[in-house]
Amino acid sequence: MTDTLPMAGANIQVNAVGLSKNDYRGNPSTLCQGCGHNSISNQIISALYEMNISPDSVAKFSGIGCSSKSPTYFLNRSFGFNGLHGRMPSVATGALFGDHTIRGIGVSGDGDTASIGMGQFKHAVRRNVNMVYIVENNGVYGLTKGQFSATAEVGLSLKKQGVNQYLPIDICMEAIASNATFVARSFAGDPKQVKELLKAALAHNGVAVLDIISPCVTFNNQDNAVHSYTWGKDHEAPLHEISFIPARNEIMLEADMQDGEIREVELHDGSTIVLKKIDKDYNPTHRWEALRLLEESQRENLLVTGLIYVEPSKPSLTDTYNLVDTPLNRLTEADLRPSRESIDRINAMMF
Amino acid sequence: MSVNSTKKPARIVNDFSITVGTVNGSGSSTANNTILRAIFKMGIPVSGKNLFPSNIQGLPTWYTIRVNKDGFVARRDEREIVITMNPNSFARDLADVQPGGAFFYADDIKQPITRDDITVYPMPIKQLIREQKDLASNLRDLVSNMIYVGVLAQMIGMDLETIRAALTFHFKGKEKPITLNYDAVVAGAEWAKANLEKKDPFYLESMDKTHGLIMADGNTAGALGSIYGGLQFAAWYPITPASSLAESLNEYLPMLRKREDGKHTYAVVQAEDELAAIGMTIGAAWSGLRSMTSTSGPGLSLMTEFMGLAYYAEVPVVVWDVQRIGPSTGLPTRTSQGDLSFSAFMGHGDTQQIILLPGGVDECFEFGWKSLDIAERLQTPVLVLSDLDMGMNQWMSKPFAYPETPMDRGKVLWEKDLEELKGNWGRYLDVDGDGVAYRTFPGNKHPLAAYFLRGTGHDEYAKYSEDASIWLRNMDRLKKKYETAKQYIPAPVLHAMRGAAIGIIAYGSTESAVEEARYLLDKENGIKADFLRVRALPFTDEVKKFIAKHEVVFVVDMNRDGQMYQLLTVEYPALANKLVSVAYGDGMPASAKWVREGVLAKYKKPVAAKAASKPTKATAAKKVSKAKPASKSTKAAAKKPVKKAAPKSTASKSAVAKNSRK
Repeated sequence: MTDTLPMAGANIQVNAVGLSKNDYRGNPSTLCQGCGHNSISNQIISALYEMNISPDSVAKFSGIGCSSKSPTYFLNRSFGFNGLHGRMPSVATGALFGDHTIRGIGVSGDGDTASIGMGQFKHAVRRNVNMVYIVENNGVYGLTKGQFSATAEVGLSLKKQGVNQYLPIDICMEAIASNATFVARSFAGDPKQVKELLKAALAHNGVAVLDIISPCVTFNNQDNAVHSYTWGKDHEAPLHEISFIPARNEIMLEADMQDGEIREVELHDGSTIVLKKIDKDYNPTHRWEALRLLEESQRENLLVTGLIYVEPSKPSLTDTYNLVDTPLNRLTEADLRPSRESIDRINAMMF
Repeated sequence: MSVNSTKKPARIVNDFSITVGTVNGSGSSTANNTILRAIFKMGIPVSGKNLFPSNIQGLPTWYTIRVNKDGFVARRDEREIVITMNPNSFARDLADVQPGGAFFYADDIKQPITRDDITVYPMPIKQLIREQKDLASNLRDLVSNMIYVGVLAQMIGMDLETIRAALTFHFKGKEKPITLNYDAVVAGAEWAKANLEKKDPFYLESMDKTHGLIMADGNTAGALGSIYGGLQFAAWYPITPASSLAESLNEYLPMLRKREDGKHTYAVVQAEDELAAIGMTIGAAWSGLRSMTSTSGPGLSLMTEFMGLAYYAEVPVVVWDVQRIGPSTGLPTRTSQGDLSFSAFMGHGDTQQIILLPGGVDECFEFGWKSLDIAERLQTPVLVLSDLDMGMNQWMSKPFAYPETPMDRGKVLWEKDLEELKGNWGRYLDVDGDGVAYRTFPGNKHPLAAYFLRGTGHDEYAKYSEDASIWLRNMDRLKKKYETAKQYIPAPVLHAMRGAAIGIIAYGSTESAVEEARYLLDKENGIKADFLRVRALPFTDEVKKFIAKHEVVFVVDMNRDGQMYQLLTVEYPALANKLVSVAYGDGMPASAKWVREGVLAKYKKPVAAKAASKPTKATAAKKVSKAKPASKSTKAAAKKPVKKAAPKSTASKSAVAKNSRK
């Protein structure tokens, strides 16, 4: 089963759950060549492989759009649900009740989340659904060939669309305003950071919102646009380097991790994320600071990346329902149908 | 039309209706339910219907109770006894009393009594309440409704002990509110005994016709049935008249699925809207939970896109639609069967949905568990169409029956099954030839268990496909599955009458009105009718045979367009000329009167004027011009719709028999 073909340049090896990296792959991508989304898919594969998370303990969810197609391109061995435009959050919310041990991975886009799906996004965040919620954010509708999305910056000019007149929606700000317990932003051109944030997000208990600026190579990649590679590379201001150490694996330290000013945040499962300050002392457990940071970065025209906010102690949605240990979808009639005797009691209550 | 009482009229026993007019939000429901329960407890067939406005406080509201010794408990237009506590509806309530009827009113309402053909009983409600020494002032308004219960009890012969039993039930045995309310009842009864002379002819006498029956509303029944069906997940959004269904889940699940470790085998989520409610329900169903949502018209509209997904991607969800009258926001507190056509094809593209049509609260219970079995057996949505009248009003019913069959989870593969198959399976592979494939649930650890569900085109292995032949194959299989459904859905119920010449097809909450109309058609008009109550879609052979067997079949719909009639004409075009639509929808529960008049309005035509359709048309036109309002008040006259007969030869879409409820 693990006798699979290695990728060029990769070592032939299996992880702690006996799976090769190929066991985490999906179908070949049908997105445009050079699309930021493909890079994100690859980091999802790497993060899960390196964290020894078995594909059967995650479920994939998506809505409609280019980003929402991407769950086909990773984790073929995981269950997946490609639903309706803007409605991925509700499907994931219900589905994760089926087996509370499963972690959801949702992939959405800026149209799917910030336009048609804003309501469901915010309510899934508010409920602290046990999932990683990735927004592959490119400020444009790709699949319908280049219309503005709600995250497009004001003044952006697109072929056939003219000039965008509206101020953009900041997905991280919306998430924090809705009481998110984990909010991070990254840039698809920085795969190392994407992966580390993904790992932290996967280890978080509850909803983890990852707003990943993922440039559209076809419809929105002018050098002066916020969601382009060139702009991103020039304006990226990493908050801190971040390294994830899973509780059961001591060897996952990055080689380039530095000593110095370190802040540890303990996650619900006992694992720790270690935050490294780059240019200022930033406390990601402070909601007000997080909003100030986003506001300032907006004013200063900066693309702040890193872990913006985390609240590790809040119970996830399924935690709050106090479910039986056995996954609900494995319960039988004996667990689910009230006794024959009870019907008389019920009828006696109807008068 | 005055029938001045020089001599006492004959006693009328156990056959009249009582209507109570109050101000919405004044707490009259306890009083009215108490009357209803007490009469039921006396063994007399009874029904109670709340005719309420879309309002929390202030607007007029009515509660109408029908007592009928023969067991006919559909809503009735005639109001023999009217009680009014509301100055704003006083004049209207007074005008509504049948000649010879009785009118009770709170005597602090100073308005003229303009009738001399009825018995009038003023009630000193305020004075009697003031005399209740132990009553806190903030409870006075609430308890004052109990005074009229007492007065009425004394005047028509309701047993005070049964009233006490009803209050004990209502307040779940809590002594303080029971005593508080009962004291007010007694005060009303004693005052009436000392001060009122019985002049009206209406009496209650105990019978034994409710023995072994229960009283319940359809929403409670549906919730309970679902719980006995092993319901694991429900998501919902508040909407009248469906909210109490989900609320009943919250009430009964903790009791019926209590475990020693205090943990839960279910989850109920109040969603942010109906889009999310159905989305969560579909997500949960996909992950292997028995799942349902409950809503009404506007919410159902919002669920449309998701229902198309569930149909095409084959996710077994149950959707309860407690219908209210639309289109649009419509009349949120009025009943209807107006969502039938919409539900049948719910979703864009070629979509066919399975529909269950419960005819009473016992069937709401039965279809509660059965709908989950059918949905999982067929891996498709099942809509259960109840309505406001059935869902929110109290109905007499046979007791709820424990499910006679084990839970049917349908075709599900777990790790062990996949090992036996050596992983050789496809999510949409029709191995049994019935159109229904096998499915797996997330959490299944077999390496080949997972599949990617999508609303886009997919092949037998759930892989994305735009191939035309694969698309056709899949759509044909879904069609086949709809055929397969016929062996799992509830069969129609036939009520035959010896020597019947005509047939009646109806469904849902109109059953008791149709039964009474048949009785009257036979007794008053000499028309005997067989009655087929359809309980599900798709239509099964029994329906076709019933239509084929009768020369003419009247299809009774509680909506404007005759939606069941329309569906039948589409399903059986060769039999369509036998079908006649009797459709009416004004938001009020069905009455025997409109069913009967609807049938009579079109009855002559197929028999007498069968050969010539054109003259019939002319006759119909004449009838319209001749129709005269026959009503005692101008207000009522203005609302009176005309009766009109339809040309039989055209497959007319619109409903034509319209009968006033007055």
